[in-house]
Amino acid sequence: MDFDLIINSFPKLLFASITTLKLLSVSLFIGLFIGLFFSILRVNNNIILGKIAYGYSYTFRGTPLLVQIFIIYYGFGQVELIRESFLWAILKEPYWCAVIAFALNTGAYTSEILRSAFQTIKPGFIEAGKSLGVPNKLIFYKIQIPIAIRQSLPAYGNEIILMLKGTSLASTVTLMDLTGVAKYIISTTFKPIEVFIIAGSIYLFFTFIIHNVIKFLEKKYSF
Amino acid sequence: MELLSFGKTGWGDELIVATIMTLAVSVTAMLIGFIFALIFTPLKLSKNKFFNLIANFYTTIIRGVPELLVIYLFFFGGSSAIMFVGSIFGYNDYIEINAFLTGAFSIGIISGAYSTEVFRGAIQSIDKGQFEASNVLGFNKALRFYKIILPQMLRLSIPNLSNVWQITLKDTSLISVTGLVEIMRQSYIAAGSTRDPLLFYTVAAILYLILTFLSMKIINRLEIKYNRGY
Repeated sequence: MDFDLIINSFPKLLFASITTLKLLSVSLFIGLFIGLFFSILRVNNNIILGKIAYGYSYTFRGTPLLVQIFIIYYGFGQVELIRESFLWAILKEPYWCAVIAFALNTGAYTSEILRSAFQTIKPGFIEAGKSLGVPNKLIFYKIQIPIAIRQSLPAYGNEIILMLKGTSLASTVTLMDLTGVAKYIISTTFKPIEVFIIAGSIYLFFTFIIHNVIKFLEKKYSF
Repeated sequence: MELLSFGKTGWGDELIVATIMTLAVSVTAMLIGFIFALIFTPLKLSKNKFFNLIANFYTTIIRGVPELLVIYLFFFGGSSAIMFVGSIFGYNDYIEINAFLTGAFSIGIISGAYSTEVFRGAIQSIDKGQFEASNVLGFNKALRFYKIILPQMLRLSIPNLSNVWQITLKDTSLISVTGLVEIMRQSYIAAGSTRDPLLFYTVAAILYLILTFLSMKIINRLEIKYNRGY
């Protein structure tokens, strides 16, 4: 055990975890909207839109996140059309490539979580709204969405934790997040165990916080 | 399309070999995971607090830490650990351990943590009466496990194990960082030497989709087979 290394690398890793948290929060925020959009398409009665949404979620859930990042980061840069368009300003940054990949990935999982939440809402709630003469839009915003959010909290909590672990892949496209810095320290000092203990504890600490926040929210919104 | 042809000029045959490698690593990792799960599930269910603590430590840490970090630990730590053992016996040269074994072992430890949770859930959802009935009929503990609990546990855990299998299959893409030539690594090499990353990574994605699709089909068959009579 090299305690000097532990003390020296702790601030570096802690600083790097800011990047991890930034990646996580931005991609979760975008992914939530993507997920909501596609879950609405899924529960919609239109078969073609439903198929498209299913295809999206199947593709992103059936392939590794690493492939998705590589396609966006290495693959899109090769297309002339993209390089000349305004998109290139975004796609040439590894940070945004990672965010796009994470957001699309978590969007696919979120859409499945929200879809199952929408489908488990008791029809009685919606019928009650209808019989009270509430317009369809209001039923959706005031009845379906709040219940769906409550229903999907536990599963969404798992998804946040999975995404936290997923952000470690940003290190493969040159971003120096927590895992990226950990790998750099490991490969320069050849002391994997010490670095693993610190980086692992930081990740576990975040997992612990997310877990408890979700638990708190579940209690608050339970009925 | 020329790039994907078979033979010396194309990458088709290399990609197929890489796909088989991915499957081989996934299956090995899954089996290693089962071994871990069979060790840790009893610890998790035991009444001994200390055993519980060990099992919870294992599953919490592995499920809370990114897979990539675990792979780095074994990739960099594995060879130095073996070199340390070697130095005790007076062997001081650099020892490199097999990328396949490192990869399968690190992914296996991860999938073992998930399998442990799956088996624990399955055993806990077996009706208490089954345990009591087997006690009344005079089964001893080992026989009770093999004849009564194990068959039911396997049936109940098939749907969740299929999730673990999907996670394991996708996690093997991370082994590419250690240099094992599976789908991801092969696409990386091909993309580098042909300067056509979009094509090769798309092919990689399609290969993974085919693998997940086929395994879903097979698992659904199994599920139907083992649910006969329920």
